[in-house]
Amino acid sequence: MESIDGRALILACSAIGAGLAMIAGIGAGIGQGYAAGKAAEAVGRQPGAKSDVQSTMIVGAAIAETTGIYGFVIALMLLFMNPLINTYMNLIG
Amino acid sequence: MTDFTIEELFVINIGDIEWMIGSTHFSVLMISLFLIGFSIYVNRRFKRFQEVPTGLQNFVEMVIELFDKFAVTTMGQQGKKFASYFLTLFVFLIISNLSGLVLLRPPTADYAVPLGLAIISFFMFQYYGIKAKGVGGYLKGLTEPIVFLTPINVIGELANPVSLSFRLFGNIIGGTVLLSLYYSTPWFMNIGIPGFLHFYFDIFAGLLQAFVFTILSMVLLTGAME
Repeated sequence: MESIDGRALILACSAIGAGLAMIAGIGAGIGQGYAAGKAAEAVGRQPGAKSDVQSTMIVGAAIAETTGIYGFVIALMLLFMNPLINTYMNLIG
Repeated sequence: MTDFTIEELFVINIGDIEWMIGSTHFSVLMISLFLIGFSIYVNRRFKRFQEVPTGLQNFVEMVIELFDKFAVTTMGQQGKKFASYFLTLFVFLIISNLSGLVLLRPPTADYAVPLGLAIISFFMFQYYGIKAKGVGGYLKGLTEPIVFLTPINVIGELANPVSLSFRLFGNIIGGTVLLSLYYSTPWFMNIGIPGFLHFYFDIFAGLLQAFVFTILSMVLLTGAME
């Protein structure tokens, strides 16, 4: 088997890592769905308070999204900035 | 490779430092000029404002009154004092996030801009927290509920600007990346469908994130002051 270039290996593993980082989206999805379901319950109980519930729900959903966004930013960094290549180049001199 | 990266327009050499002037600077400059021009226009126009507002004056008064009311309901009576800053922030973020529609690169898709705004908000929280509670009360607030948890409180305080800025940045750059990837598809897929994508990513997510950034800054500021 011929040897693999180290940089190519790092790029491949960065792509896999980016894919793994996007698993963080699961948590955001569950959190937002839970917020929306609770908001639907609240509107069902009190149709008069619909606008308050809606604004609260939207802010809550946006906060729940944060963890998913963290994963997304990490994935983008791994894909397009390749921070590990420089580390590797310094390592081998 | 797709073209959502920050383009380098030209490089200024000051001494032996190279300053890259990129598309972010251009977009921010355009948006700032637009906002400043609009403000000057409104100001000139209302040198002779009427008792009964019409047209543009009506619109501007309505926006400011609505935002003042919103600030008071969110922050209590002290909200009026901060309404001007938050309205400026809100309008700047709205125009920034919508600027992807007119083929500028949204400035909020460069991490420098959300981080700068979040750092402004962060120092606001600390300053007004110290001002409202005094230095002793502020330091005592960090040691609650027990002294043992002080490092976690400090980390939590530092995490506020990070989460604020990442939320905005991630949403906007997500839209930018996805749309530039979509535009690299064959031409027959680019008829009509990008309109829906632009509607969701630029208009819906953009307005929502501008609103969330503003209201979270308000809520955190209220929390820092009590």
